[in-house]
Amino acid sequence: MLDARPTPPADLLIRGAHVLDPRAHVDAPLDVLVRDGEIAELGAPGSLPAEGVEVVEGRSRHLLPGFVDPHVHLRTPGQEHKEDLDSGTRAAAAGGYVAVVAMPNTDPVVDSAPVLLSLREQARREARVPVGFLASVTRGLAGEALTEMAELRDAGALGFTDDGKPVHRAGILRKALQYQRLAGGVLCLHEEDPTLSGRGVMHEGDVSARLGLAGIPSISESTLIARDAALAGYEAGRIHIQHLSARESVEAVWEAKGRDVAITCEVSPHHLTLTDAALLERLDTRLKMNPPLRTEADRRALIDGLRDGTVDCIATDHAPHAREEKEVPFEEAPMGTTGLETAFAAVYTDLVRPGVLPLALVVDKLSAGAALLGLPLPAVQTGRRADLCLVDLAAEWEVGEHGYESRSENCCFAGRTLRGRVVLTVAAGGIAYRERALAVVV
Amino acid sequence: MRHLLSIEDLDRSAIERILDRAKSFTEVSEREIKKVPALRGRRVLNLFYEASTRTRSSFELAAKALSADVVNFAAGGSSVEKGESLKDTVQTLSAYRPDLIVIRTPYVGAARLVAGWTDASVVNAGDGKHEHPTQALLDVYALRDRIGALDGASIWIVGDVLHSRVARSNIHALKKMGARVTVCGPPTLIPRGIESLGCAVEYSLARLPEADVVYALRMQKERMTDSFVPSIREYAARYQIDGRRLGPRQVLMHPGPVNRGVELAAEVIDSPQAIIGQQVAAGVVVRMAVLYECLAGRGAPHTEPKAATPVPT
Repeated sequence: MLDARPTPPADLLIRGAHVLDPRAHVDAPLDVLVRDGEIAELGAPGSLPAEGVEVVEGRSRHLLPGFVDPHVHLRTPGQEHKEDLDSGTRAAAAGGYVAVVAMPNTDPVVDSAPVLLSLREQARREARVPVGFLASVTRGLAGEALTEMAELRDAGALGFTDDGKPVHRAGILRKALQYQRLAGGVLCLHEEDPTLSGRGVMHEGDVSARLGLAGIPSISESTLIARDAALAGYEAGRIHIQHLSARESVEAVWEAKGRDVAITCEVSPHHLTLTDAALLERLDTRLKMNPPLRTEADRRALIDGLRDGTVDCIATDHAPHAREEKEVPFEEAPMGTTGLETAFAAVYTDLVRPGVLPLALVVDKLSAGAALLGLPLPAVQTGRRADLCLVDLAAEWEVGEHGYESRSENCCFAGRTLRGRVVLTVAAGGIAYRERALAVVV
Repeated sequence: MRHLLSIEDLDRSAIERILDRAKSFTEVSEREIKKVPALRGRRVLNLFYEASTRTRSSFELAAKALSADVVNFAAGGSSVEKGESLKDTVQTLSAYRPDLIVIRTPYVGAARLVAGWTDASVVNAGDGKHEHPTQALLDVYALRDRIGALDGASIWIVGDVLHSRVARSNIHALKKMGARVTVCGPPTLIPRGIESLGCAVEYSLARLPEADVVYALRMQKERMTDSFVPSIREYAARYQIDGRRLGPRQVLMHPGPVNRGVELAAEVIDSPQAIIGQQVAAGVVVRMAVLYECLAGRGAPHTEPKAATPVPT
């Protein structure tokens, strides 16, 4: 149910990279031979033959299972000035992603099988890495009537979401959970009680009080998570909570998991590494997203959630916006930051290098979203299709104002110097990205 | 000082310098010819995206008293209504080579954004609910005129703090001048986290007699529709400053325009404790001082720096 432009299968020998695949319990320097797009053999460094394949120098680099992002906005159809399937998946490949899942809040909304089928066809022409699609829970994201969920599933929808908005009416979500028994597919939920978030544009707290900006309280998220976990428990439905931002939300998910509700959740690199204090330094519209950056206590709770398993995966919520849309006063700007090209480096620089989280855990969480949506987990194992990324942990680079693969430049990490650079991505067996300076030894 | 974007950017000595400069300008306002040539040939652009009577007219009077040329640009009836962005408007107007832009917008941080888009100096005349720095400066000026130094003085800011840029700028300014600040109002109109600015929070006027100064904020009637207060009647019953609540030795301030019978009772507006008229009068000299601080001694943005204009005496 993933679609991509066909690419020639790779024949590669990645020599001597430190292979780290925590799920396969591999953590050692190895040669990895890829033949015809499949991982043909793993061996001691220097042990595998290089005949007939391109050799990629892996020494002082790490070879990881490719990342999978369960939450991106590719803005297609209808908003191709922000992103399209080609530019969005190029950004994904440059960030080490081997599969991404696109949200349906496009124009038109992905709420019917014809829209979904034409989008999938377009992905087979344009996507550089495999793309999956979620369909909307309600028609036109209006929150009033369910989409034809069963037909959408038959047409290839991985699941359903009204992302960008909550399913505000409990009765509608309940019916979606009941109907899920027929249709299948995870219900992915953007949790926000609009009567609490109101016209808020940032986290409600000390910083919003100082700036005079309308706040979005943490509880606008956690109260709806609690409600929806209760509904999912009652209907024995399967829900996935998108972009957790607040400490109270982590607690709500933890409690629901304790009651054996079929609930999972994700957290974004920006919520793991930034807080609302950044807005005091510069009221930069690239730092405006929904849910908003919250406090240090919230950030720590999200990290603890990743560590103890309450938080299941990392998802970027890659949300491109055109320059003229973001070059306006903060309150007027649309919500969202791009994230695909910076996700690994941001988390590596701010959490792994200082010793807050182990690299193995981060590597696991960067692809764990696949399993939550019923997709195969990438693995560095003999016989598996090559879904890999090679990273240089020592490489230092500055996140620029320009120069992204994405069509948009609204990256919340712009101006930061980060460590950790993706040098090669192999997705679905083909080379999807290689850093221009990559040395090729034949 | 290149720009005046917020009170938070200023320290006490900068505030005192501006207020002392304002004092030196009072003499100009008392002359028959209310004009000095200090900013002759300079262009000041008033760019107002929100309605304003006193702020805009006092900036205009201040600029004219310093012999600057003033253009008023209101958002209504302009290209803004045709969908021109703030950035395009500012860059277009910058082509007229203003030396200083006075800007009021409903958007937090807009004055700082504008400062990044133009070579002109920028003075914030109100950015959303964030700051209104010249209002706070004129308030401190008028208050110092009445009670002298503010060190240790207790000042209560009463009313709709949540929606008030005047409150935020004044909390910063009064704190920097050594005063103790308490904000008081219905809990729905006190922003969560406001105490992080270093002020105390009260929800009733029971301890108002402790205050040396009572600064009442304007209560907008539309707050009722968003359920911030159940009714103006209940608000007035709890928070209106009237003759019963205002002590004879307390000073009463208000940024105007006043809703008579809502935040203030008629009898206190006209009482000797009120310095509301003095606040308005201070507006011109304080804004003269701000324009002077930003422009005098600084070359026009598009030319070489030249010798400082002589200080008026």
